[in-house]
This record gives sequence, C-alpha cells and structure tokens, in this order.
Amino acid sequence: MDTIFALASAPGKAGVSVIRISGHGAHESAQSLSVNPLPVRGMSLRILRDSAGDRLDEALVLTFQGPASFTGEDVVELHVHGSVAVVNSVMAALADLPDVRLAEPGEFTRRALENGKMDLAQVEGLADLIDAETEAQRRQAQTVLKGELGQLAERWRRDLIRAASLLEAVIDFADEEVPTDVTPEVNELLDAVTRDLSRQISGVRIAERIRTGFEVAIIGKPNVGKSTLLNALAGRDAAITSEYAGTTRDVIEVRMDLAGLPVTLLDTAGIRETDDVVESMGIALARKRADAADLRVFLLEHPGDAPEFEPNEQDIVVLAKGDLHPTSDTSVSGKSGKGVDQLVSQVSERLLNRSASAGIATRERHKEAMTRAHQALIEAHRVLEYGEDHYDIGAEEIRTAIRALESLVGRIDVENLLDEIFASFCLGK
Amino acid sequence: MKHFDFDVVVIGAGHAGTEAAHASARMGARTALVTLSETDIGVMSCNPAIGGLGKGHLVREIDAMDGVMGRVADLAGIQFRLLNRRKGPAVQGPRAQADRAIYRREMLAATHAQENLELVFGEVVDIQTDGDKATGVVLADGSLISSNSVILTSGTFLRGIVHIGDVSHPGGRMGDRPSVKLAERIQDMGLELGRLKTGTPPRLDGRTINWDGLERQDGDEDPTFFSFLSNRVSAPQISCAITHTNENTHEIIRKNLKRSAMYGGHIDGVGPRYCPSIEDKIVRFSEKTSHQIFLEPEGVDDHTVYPNGISTSLPKDVQEDYVRSIRGLEKAEILQLGYAIEYDYVDPRSLNSQLMLKSMKNLYLAGQINGTTGYEEAAAQGLVAGLNAALSSRGEDVIHFSRSNSYIGVMIDDLTTRGVAEPYRMFTSRAEFRLSLRADNADQRLTALGMEIGCVGEVRKKIFNTKMDALNSTTSVLNSREFTPKQLKEAGINVNQDGNKRTGMAVLAFPDVNFSDLEGLLPELSDVDVETQNQVERDALYANYIARQQSDVDALRKEENLKIPTDFCYEEFEGLSNELKQKLIRHRPENLAQAGRIEGMTPAAMALLFARLRKEKRAKSA
Repeated sequence: MDTIFALASAPGKAGVSVIRISGHGAHESAQSLSVNPLPVRGMSLRILRDSAGDRLDEALVLTFQGPASFTGEDVVELHVHGSVAVVNSVMAALADLPDVRLAEPGEFTRRALENGKMDLAQVEGLADLIDAETEAQRRQAQTVLKGELGQLAERWRRDLIRAASLLEAVIDFADEEVPTDVTPEVNELLDAVTRDLSRQISGVRIAERIRTGFEVAIIGKPNVGKSTLLNALAGRDAAITSEYAGTTRDVIEVRMDLAGLPVTLLDTAGIRETDDVVESMGIALARKRADAADLRVFLLEHPGDAPEFEPNEQDIVVLAKGDLHPTSDTSVSGKSGKGVDQLVSQVSERLLNRSASAGIATRERHKEAMTRAHQALIEAHRVLEYGEDHYDIGAEEIRTAIRALESLVGRIDVENLLDEIFASFCLGK
Repeated sequence: MKHFDFDVVVIGAGHAGTEAAHASARMGARTALVTLSETDIGVMSCNPAIGGLGKGHLVREIDAMDGVMGRVADLAGIQFRLLNRRKGPAVQGPRAQADRAIYRREMLAATHAQENLELVFGEVVDIQTDGDKATGVVLADGSLISSNSVILTSGTFLRGIVHIGDVSHPGGRMGDRPSVKLAERIQDMGLELGRLKTGTPPRLDGRTINWDGLERQDGDEDPTFFSFLSNRVSAPQISCAITHTNENTHEIIRKNLKRSAMYGGHIDGVGPRYCPSIEDKIVRFSEKTSHQIFLEPEGVDDHTVYPNGISTSLPKDVQEDYVRSIRGLEKAEILQLGYAIEYDYVDPRSLNSQLMLKSMKNLYLAGQINGTTGYEEAAAQGLVAGLNAALSSRGEDVIHFSRSNSYIGVMIDDLTTRGVAEPYRMFTSRAEFRLSLRADNADQRLTALGMEIGCVGEVRKKIFNTKMDALNSTTSVLNSREFTPKQLKEAGINVNQDGNKRTGMAVLAFPDVNFSDLEGLLPELSDVDVETQNQVERDALYANYIARQQSDVDALRKEENLKIPTDFCYEEFEGLSNELKQKLIRHRPENLAQAGRIEGMTPAAMALLFARLRKEKRAKSA
C-alpha cells in the first residue's frame, strides 16, 4: 500500500490544521521533515523543515503505530499552525518525498474500512463528506481548467491520444499499411507535452496563480473613493507586493496578504454610461474583470443607490465615504479608516468559506499528477530512442503518463486510441 | 422418444463449441457436442489463418489450459509467422496460415480421441428449462438430451441475413440453413439483442491467378508454434503473395457503390472498423490510390485462394470486374462470391464472468453470439464456458479469469461489463498489463491454475513442471549474487558506475545485455539450455515494469475478491443515488472491481458498497 497524506482538518485559516499521513512509510516520511527523532508512538514537539533545510513550522507531531490508529496503518498527524501558507508548504514538502502521494478522496476512510476500523454507520456518515469533497474538487478542477491550463490540458489530451495511438497502431496492426517508424512524430508530440508540463511544474503559471490567489474587485462610480479604500486596505499592513497598471489604463491590480489569504484587489474603472468609444471599451473590460473576480465589493455613493450591476449572493455592498455618514454602520471610509477592519474580516470570511472546499489539495494534486506524467514522458522519449524494438515499453510509459494526468485531461480509454487509429489509417485486411 | 443424459451439452461445433466441449470433457464432465453433421466441425468460415496480435495471445492461453485450438492449428499450419518479431516480446503474436481441410480433419480426430466427449448429430430445436434454470436440449427428431448445463455457441444464426448486392437470403454462414426454431426460442427469452454485420471477400481459383511478379511473403525460417507442446511443422509449407488495388479498381467500385448492400441501404448492422469492406476503404480513405491484398492459399491440396483485404457486398458482375482490374488477378475466376452477413447478437452484459446468462442459470453463451469476431475470441470464450459448465456440474467453485492474469480475462471483462458497439476483436492495446501478459509466458501465467482445477493432462503437466523447474533454478542462480559496477565492467558489461550492486537478474534487464554475458560471472549458468535462457531474458526485460504495476494488480485483485452476492439488495441501499441504484440493478456487478467500472460510480458509493459487503461477509461468517 502506498503512503498517503492529506489535510485532515477543514481547509482555510484556523488555529490548528492537521495533516495526516498514513501507510507503511508514514513514520519515515514525517521523520524526514524533522531533524530530531520522532517517537514510535506518542506526542512530540518538532520543528519541521523541507528538504532544503528551510524551517516550515513548529508542529505538534502525533505518531500512531498500526493497527492502533484511525486507518489501522502507521499514522502520523502533524498539527501545524493553521495558516494557508504553512499548510501549503508542509504539504508541498511531503509531496516531494518519494513513494508518498496525496490521498484520493475518501482514501483514509477506505483504508480504515479495509482494516476493520469502522462500522457501516460511520461510513455512511462519511460518505456524504467524501461526496462533498469530490464534488468540490471537481468544481475546483473545472475552475482551474477554464483558463490557460484548461486549453493546455485539451492539447495534452489530443497530443497524448495521438502519440499513444501511433505506437499502438504500429504494434497492433503490424502487417498492415501503417508507417513503421513513427518515432519522429511521437517524439514531437511528447516533447510538446513535456515542455508544457515542465513549465507548469516549475510553477511559472501555477505558482503565479497560487500567489495571485483570490481576486476581489472594487466597483463603484468614478470618484466614489475606490482608490482611497484600496490604499487604506493595502496600507493597513503594508503588504503590497506589486503595483502596476493593467494592460489597459482601466484596471489596477494590487496584490496583498489579507488576513493570511493571498488576494489581488482590482481597482476597476468607474462604471458609468459614456459615449466615448475608448472609455466604453475600458468600462466593458472592467466589467468583465469584475465579473470574473472571486468576490465583488460595491461602493455606493448615497444610501439607497442601486449597485452598478446586480451583485450575487456572496458580494458585499457598502456605503462609500463613511466619514460623511457617521450614523451608518454599513459604511466604509478609506480616508478615516472607518469600517475598514469590518470590511477586511467580511471579505476574508467569505473567501475562507470558499477556500474550505478548494485550494491546496487540488493544486498539489495537479502538480503531483503533472510531475509523475512528466517523468513518464521523459522515460518514454528515452526508450523510443531504441526504435520499434522498445515500442511496447514506450507505450507503457505513455500509458502511465496518461493515467497520471487523468484528473486534468479526463480519462483516456483504449477506445479513444482505437478511434484515432481507425480515423487515421485505412486498416483491415 | 430417445433420452440421453449428460453433464454438459454444447450446441454448435465451431471454434467456440469445440473448445467448450473439449474443456468440459477434459474436466471429466460427460459432454455431448451437438452439431448438424461431421463436416461442421472446425470449419474456418472466414480467412484461413489463426492467431495474430492479441489473437495469438488468446490461442497461447487456451493452449496453456491444455486446450485444443493451438495444437490443431500447429498441425494445420502451412505458413508460420511471428508478428512484431522485431518489437518487444510483449507484443509479439504468433500467427499461421492454416490448411482448412487439415484443420477440420485434425479437429475431428482430436474430438474423437477426447475422453468423455460424445458427438451427437442433429438439430437442436429447443432448450429445456425448469424455472430459471436450463436442464437440457430437444432435437428435431424429438429426442431429449438432459444435462446439468447447456452451452450455446451458434454463431451468426440469430436472424442471420446474407447480402450479395441487392440479393439477400436468410442464413448463417454461406450455405448453412438457419435454425429457425432455436432462434425463436432464444428470442423468446427476452434477452437484449443488437445487430452487427461482417463480410468476406470473393474466393478465387488459385490456378487462374498469375503469381509471377507478385511480391511473395514467406513464413519464418524458425517457426513459432501456438502450442507449448509442439516442436515441429507437420504440414507442407507455402508462401502467400501480396498484390494491390489500383485507381481502376477504385473507379469500378465507386461507380457501383449504390449496388453494394452496404451502401444501397440494405444493411443496418454495425460492421467492424478494423475489417472494413473494400467499399468502405474507398469511401473513407478516398485519397488512397491503392490498398494491399494478401493472397492466402486455403490449403496445400486446395486451389482456393482467400484474397484478404477486399471483402465486399457488391453484386456478382461488379465483384468480377474489380477483381480482374487487380494485378495478377486479370484472369482470376471467382469460386464463391463475397458477401456481407448481418446477424443479431446477445448483449454480453447479460452474462456473468463465467459467460452464464444472469437470467437463466446453467445456460452459457460463447462465441460470435456474444458480439465478438474471430476464431480465437470464440474459442477462448468456449474454454471459459466449458470449464465453468463442468465445474458447475461437479458443484464446484467457478474459475475466474482476471484482467491481471490473461487476455481471456480482459476480453471477458470487456464483454460482460462494457458490452460491444462493433464486433469485438482482441488487440494487445486492450490489455493494461500488456507487459506481463505475454504470449511467451501464457503457461507460466495459467497452466498451474489449469492443473489446480483439473483440465490439464499428464503430458503437459510433465513438460510444464520440467520447464518451471529450469526457470526457477536459473532465476535463483541469477538472484543469488550481487555484482558491483566494477565487477561487471571486468566481465565486459557496462553499467552506470554508481556504486550500486546489482543481481544477475537486474543486469539482464539492460537491453544490451545477453544471457551469455553473465556466464563469466556465474559459471553455474553455462549448462542452461537455450529455451530457458531466452525465457529468463524475456522475464528480466520487463521485471522492473511488472514490479511497478504490481500495486495496481494487487488493488484490482483485492476488489475482484470482494464478491457481490447475486441477490444483493440495492433497492434498500441508503445513500446511493437512484440513478446509480438503477445501473447497479441492471448490471449486477459480480465484484467490487466491476462495480467500480460502472459509469458514474463515485468514491463515496464505492466506500458504501465496500462497507456493506464487509458487513454482510462478517455477518455470514459469524
């Protein structure tokens, strides 16, 4: 059985977060994060470090020896400080270890079951949870996949099907009119996917997304005080990481750490009716960005004003220039600082709720999947150098890569390969 | 009215039927093989060849269970070729052209020679049932054969229609009369049916072919046999020839497309994509100006030639025209017209993994009736049905072929859990554990299993045990010592100078290392015979990959071992969506692995199902 790990407590910011590791390599994996030895059984306080020796956190480490554990296997629980960044970094350090992988949805439960540690009633209770988790991951994957990564994954799917089907055609239809040496085309396809994968893994895109985190758009009429509010939010803990004008003059992004969450604030162009063509294009863009953001804060100029467009359930609507409305308690002022703290906690609360079902696991899962696929494709390329002599092994490596990438590109079945083969070659004697 | 009594009755003596009857008889079950006449036994109705990629693997597996197809094919083989000889052993498939007459003769002889097996000539008109259980068959003359199990292997006889151009007539194979009454009986059982089609090319008179100047295709100099028991060719060896269609051929076909049964709208059945008619090839790949044709002699004493690659349902005059437009065939005479045949098949999802109908106990279906194509696929199913019918008559546990131990297991699982959309043919790409399911190790994978259930005879047992002893002792010598890179280098073997010690087996896994390279380091190896050397090399080549797949194999086996009772009550199952419940009720998966392959199955549902099964199992054992 593989050794698996996952966040066992609710994701998001909390006092303490628990990362559970289970399997025969659980103790060894946990030990590799700590310089001081861990007891076989019991509790200890240890400083966790990654493979480079950088300190990750100080954690309470609980070690259990199977079968006296939740899953019935050797288990280690790392009780770390409940910050998204800390949890993220500990999970990443674990994912880097050999023979350790992120748990599939419901896998701890499954193991507990297999080892007779749970009864049916307990499983039924947990089933809903697993479903929710799976559903959340599916949704999260879809969100991630909507963007550029989604387009890439589409291409990977196409290229891998093509590459695998070329090899399979040569293998399964020897004697028929198929090209005998498909290595150049297969290598070309594999190289393209390998390149994409390594770029994704080294984090150019994904890490950026992780860093970028949530987008919060501030929306309101021109001069309602959006920029002042933005500065107040940013200045609060001076966490501005970059500031630049967007690709147009109309959206300003400010990245900041908001109550432990990475957030990009979008200062959108004032939304108003206009006849100016250039300005209306800018407004359209701002509107689009605002729509795509994770959360919108609408600033109203006067009590009773209608928001610029229909907010959704999670969005926040507040009265601007709160210093001019001393009696209102749903107002905010960047100038005097009134209501800023409340706004921050409102925003972070809503984002945390959302991150509870998303985030770390999915991103780690994707990264891990891509890493495994990447290794397999490099190996495939290597064995294909031997020519058709090793097509069977090359095909096996591609199959491994495809299986690893299933969460990103969807399931690729032998029927998909056959479809491609029969569409490409005139086969059949 | 006569009355006979058997353990197992097999209906039909094609490839599925003969293999089923032999398997059942080898198990010691008193077996009757019912067919219209002696001339039906072992008939190859399509091309005169056995084996190939995936298919050759199936024949090897049948042989590993001491089956009959491989041995007979070796006796009838008139040209042996190992396909993919230059690629890795995992994807090499033995294939042979077979002499039709010898094949039939040898299959008949083997059938006469088989103990416990009796040939019964007659037409089966009914299957006797008692509630939801088959109890025997009734023949046209009124005689009754009662039996514990019935195996139906009736090929394409269900609503079979033969098409040549716009002419069609009911029939099974060309020239066979369809058994109408039995077909009606099957149709009355309320099984899910689908419609498929397949085709054959016109058969040519070899004496009217101009062979001069055609590309020749010879067999291998060192033939690879199907059977682990065979060691030499028996029939005279021949060559095939290759010719090609040309633009003129294509023009003739294109002009007459509407007269083809396929393109004239006479056929509804779905044809196989890997075996398209010449009409299909020309329409779908219109940019190709030529297609290759293999001219395969049907036997040494038979002048019939099977032109593989031009199956058709065009009318007579067009077949003659296009055949004669082809190089070498300018004066060729057609002995039998090409035709397309449409037929009903039973949705194989109505079968369990022993190929027994879920709705009718002790009635097994095998072969083309289950939506497959090919002699080898049919025979492999016959083997599965025959073994299980015999086990059932002894009241013993079933034998389960897994995706992890055989192509047979892959096929049975594909058929019974996924059904078919076109005639099902085996490909090596269907086997996810392809590197371990090789034709060369079929005996290592299956013969011990066969010995355990009792379908393996003494001769094979002895050969198998000797072979395994040699393999095991050689492997243990190879694993007995480890060598440093320096030691290896001194012996002339270059590996990474990484300081890691390697066993002889690990060294043998390197693609450029041969068995003989190790003899200097391990002198005990010098008296190992060539056969054993080759086999150990093949095993070593894939050892790393097979080890890597082991956890997948283990996971699969574990789930397969968790059986779901056939009367499992999904209706009262809390926590499953209605949609999923309906699917589970319809498919009635036999074990957790099959349940997991049902579309829409979620991890939570799997966990629930798992927990429920554990609980029932515990309740039962308590």
